[in-house]
Amino acid sequence: MTLAELETDVAAPPRGPVEVFGVRHHGPGSARSLVAALDAYDPDCVLVEGPPDADPLLRFVGDPGLVPPVALLAYAPEEPRQAAFWPFAEFSPEWQAILWARRREVEVGFCDLPAAMTLAPQGRTLLDEASDGLDGPDGSDDAERGEEAGERSAVEELLGAPAPRGGDAAALRRLAGRDPLGALAQAGGYDDAERWWEDVVEGRLDSSSPFPLVLEAMGELRRLVGQRHGRYAEGEARREAMMRQTIRAALKRGRTRVAVVCGAWHAPVLTAPLGPAAPDARTLRGAAKRKVVCTWVPWTHRRLAASSGYGAGITSPGWYAHLFEARDAPVVRWLTAVAGELRGRDLPVSSASVIEAVRLAETLATLRGRPLAGLTEVTDATRSVLCDGDELALRFVTDRLVVGERLGEVPAAVPTVPLEADLAATTRRLRLKREPAARSLDLDLRRGIDRERSQLFHRLRLLELAWAAPATSDVQATGTFRETWRLQWHPELAIAVVEAAVWGTTVEAAATARVDAVVEGQSLVELARTVERCLLAALPDALDRLLAACADQAARDADVLHLMEAVPALARAARYGDVRGTDTTALRQTSEVLVRRTCAGLARATTGLDDDSAVRVRDLVDAVHAAVGLLAQEGATDVRREWLGTLAALVGRADLAPLLQGRLTRLLVDAELVPDAPARLHRALSYGSAAAAKAAWVEGFFTDGAVLLVHDPALRGLLDGWVAGLGDEEFTDVLPLVRRTFGTFSTVQRRALAQRLAHGDAAGPAPDADGPDELVAPVLATVETILEAGRG
Amino acid sequence: MTASTELAPADGVPAVLRPHAEVAFAAELEALEAFDAEEGRPRPPRWRLSPWSVVTYLVGGTLADGTVVSAKYIGSRRLMEVAVATLTTDRALLLLGLPGTAKSWVSEHLAAAVSGDSTLLVQGTSGTAEESIRYGWNYARLLAEGPTPEALVPSPVMVGMERGALTRVEELTRIPSDVQDALITVLSEKVLPVPELGREVAARPGFNVIATANDRDKGVNDLSSALRRRFNTVVLPLPTDVEDEVRIVTTRVADLTASLSLPPVSTAAEEIERVVTVFRELRAGVTADGRTAVRSPTATLSAAEAISVVTNGIALAAHFGDGVLRPADVASGIVGAVVKDPVADAQAWQEYLDVVVRERPGWGAFYEACRDST
Repeated sequence: MTLAELETDVAAPPRGPVEVFGVRHHGPGSARSLVAALDAYDPDCVLVEGPPDADPLLRFVGDPGLVPPVALLAYAPEEPRQAAFWPFAEFSPEWQAILWARRREVEVGFCDLPAAMTLAPQGRTLLDEASDGLDGPDGSDDAERGEEAGERSAVEELLGAPAPRGGDAAALRRLAGRDPLGALAQAGGYDDAERWWEDVVEGRLDSSSPFPLVLEAMGELRRLVGQRHGRYAEGEARREAMMRQTIRAALKRGRTRVAVVCGAWHAPVLTAPLGPAAPDARTLRGAAKRKVVCTWVPWTHRRLAASSGYGAGITSPGWYAHLFEARDAPVVRWLTAVAGELRGRDLPVSSASVIEAVRLAETLATLRGRPLAGLTEVTDATRSVLCDGDELALRFVTDRLVVGERLGEVPAAVPTVPLEADLAATTRRLRLKREPAARSLDLDLRRGIDRERSQLFHRLRLLELAWAAPATSDVQATGTFRETWRLQWHPELAIAVVEAAVWGTTVEAAATARVDAVVEGQSLVELARTVERCLLAALPDALDRLLAACADQAARDADVLHLMEAVPALARAARYGDVRGTDTTALRQTSEVLVRRTCAGLARATTGLDDDSAVRVRDLVDAVHAAVGLLAQEGATDVRREWLGTLAALVGRADLAPLLQGRLTRLLVDAELVPDAPARLHRALSYGSAAAAKAAWVEGFFTDGAVLLVHDPALRGLLDGWVAGLGDEEFTDVLPLVRRTFGTFSTVQRRALAQRLAHGDAAGPAPDADGPDELVAPVLATVETILEAGRG
Repeated sequence: MTASTELAPADGVPAVLRPHAEVAFAAELEALEAFDAEEGRPRPPRWRLSPWSVVTYLVGGTLADGTVVSAKYIGSRRLMEVAVATLTTDRALLLLGLPGTAKSWVSEHLAAAVSGDSTLLVQGTSGTAEESIRYGWNYARLLAEGPTPEALVPSPVMVGMERGALTRVEELTRIPSDVQDALITVLSEKVLPVPELGREVAARPGFNVIATANDRDKGVNDLSSALRRRFNTVVLPLPTDVEDEVRIVTTRVADLTASLSLPPVSTAAEEIERVVTVFRELRAGVTADGRTAVRSPTATLSAAEAISVVTNGIALAAHFGDGVLRPADVASGIVGAVVKDPVADAQAWQEYLDVVVRERPGWGAFYEACRDST
């Protein structure tokens, strides 16, 4: 059929060669009407607004493995960040159109600009529009459109709708660009376009197709809004030219009944006669292109909701899905579901209440002059009848039902990046599911599957794929074999996977490559932390290179404090490595080297410190001390000896900060290397030193040291004597510093200490070291008695 | 019962201090009634107006014939629609809210618009007895004649059932729990048995109950879940923006000064806005621009309190001042409203004065006046 023939052949709309169905994106009402209209028209070719590069993917629609909500993802393989999504829900008219065609084995294709153009660098201006492409034209250039007055009245005339209720004309015009049917609905006094569609469009039409009327309305609206300018308008012109060209191509192929499903806004310019092809070809000429890859990715209802700031701009996907799926009595079914949800949250809702809620919703609809209760009415009824006016309870319903947590599924056969395939296979093997709702997972690393899961999560973290994040467990449990993770899959992670795919084809290879790439230029501390993470992620290849880098960096880094910062992470890594059955010999050697270098430089690093630096060094010494303890457990006892020897040599130095002196003494006391602790305390606190120095010493010595103080009568007596011997002025000076130290003790510890002091050294109830709760104290006392009986 | 409430404007002074809603707004109700008849809007049995007109009566509007209906409730139309729709169903209506959120006001106007009578009222107190909800006896006749229909003293609820009219229960949660439960039979069975006479009073269509309750008050008796299930709940919120609250205060103050026959005082909109701003800021614990945190006093600073402060100020200005509402006139009232606890509130108020009020341009006179009266 030639175009000339086409132009003469458009008089009979129902059987014309081209039929345009202007829909509301993601509108269940449009979707239902559309299916009926397609049945009536029986096209031999269906064209849907969307990127034609994705045509090959349409064969998956109808596959039981492809479950909406899903989105078409198009990305530039060499720059995956350049990506765009076209989301589809079960109730999207576009989805239903494709499904209709697939089920009847009718030719189906997309007719918008290809993603190759929209993602091209010069096409970037189109992207904003195309990424929410199913939303139709962007509405940001409102200033340029709709300056003509009288738009509202024309719309009113067209639809016989009442005057807008408090809607202001500018906002209306803005809306007209973004959601033209929404604008008409608002002009008709409706807050929900779906409801307007139900009431006005479908209600008025006595079951005949609503699309001719929509077409007419949009034609009117486009005339009123007038010629638009600017880059968006340019993009829009291109899109519409492309659509027309695609229709022409289909007709040239010999199709006789072409159904075009597009945003209502575009409908008027796609109807026959299409006019000559030359201007459109000119519009499209010279558009830049780039290579893009398309795939299906799972999507969620939450992403469809406007509240998430991204997506197709509908606020109640759950409600729409319900409207589309409920075969009859949508209000009753909805309120029953709401009652079920509330009961699930232990809020008692009787069937009688549901009946009352239905009645209220219907009465409200009547009162508001609407033929059927909509979301507003059922929400009012839910709040008033089922939730007793409680907004909080209502919010549960909103979150769970009105938005609705639903995650689509994509079959394994859909072509995708190798990394995604590997990730999918791994998650399947490890029996993990990618779910949109956050949930926490407790892992027991002694079990093989949990260990592998943990490794997967750590690898994904190295790849900056934020699916799993470490969390604190609800269960009180300590032990290095336990890990808790919080899992939540966001659809955008699909992009992150594609981005990460540049690093390798499997998760392990990609993570290793990624670590290798960042080794260069990292500080020692960062390297040590990466070592730890690599070990947790079980990346032995990366570990070797990392350790080599660590050793190099340690040799180059002259700052002892940097070495000290790196030691704990490495020592922890060595320790956890054992739990995981990794070979950590190299790791231990590296950490031992670091400790030795620290020992060598510590004396230099601790001279002439001010108060703040002293605190920092104190913390580092503590951390290294703990790390050395870990290493010693691994058999490196000579390292521990060397470390303690260094501390012992340091502690005698007069120029050491009092805080450090106290701290080192304490560490040595704990290690039982100081036989004369009382004498040292007495010396440190005697008349010779200033009050502030004494207090700093006490702080260093007694931080976290309540147990020692409670159990060592000589030490306690010494301290007691020192406090009692302070002059009034001295006491006032020292009090804040001492108070600061003792403030870190738990209430129970302080009480035990006070009791000991009050009763002299008589044996009171045995104090409990960690002081969890005073209720526990009697229990602990009993336990102690038993233990003592056992010892005696 | 309604005989004494008629206006008797013999010397321009109303016969009663506060006429019932159906009397005060009789003209509007008549206009709406006529409008309903004209439009042919369906009315539920024994309703004076159609539900649509009841909502219009509450939130205000202009009818097709040009009659202006004043707004009784300034706020969300949706809430009023839910309230009115509830009254047409099987369930009773429970209006919840903080003190001063116009619960009783809405309930009175609902009763006036729906049944044309807002006088069937049970005022809930901790001393409310079952007789107020069921029925009592005229003991003299009871002793003389035994239990006869003439000796029976019906409660407002019983009267409402017999007439098919709305009955109001104010402060439902102040009524002791066992007395509250007397409502359950009435609301579920719509029947009130009188075993002494061997008969029962069955409610006629049009009967329903509007209860109000304070959801944040001390010494309340929580509703049993059995009773709660008989009610649909509508929570009346505090006014959301300054403009609404200023409108509420202005309208009500005008009504009150008229009914109190205060001499005309030129009420500066500025003063009303100032009082509302002070109340809103103290209530929210933050200044209007959101930049300064403010300590909230213990007093409930509702729109009702603001109305009384302004009315009080007008009385001062009229009788002791120069006939213009000045900062000094509202200052003493505002201090009295805010400072309920002499220690904690006084300090909070003093801080608010020094930190917020003193710095605000144009509030100098108000600051001085407050300083003087504190």
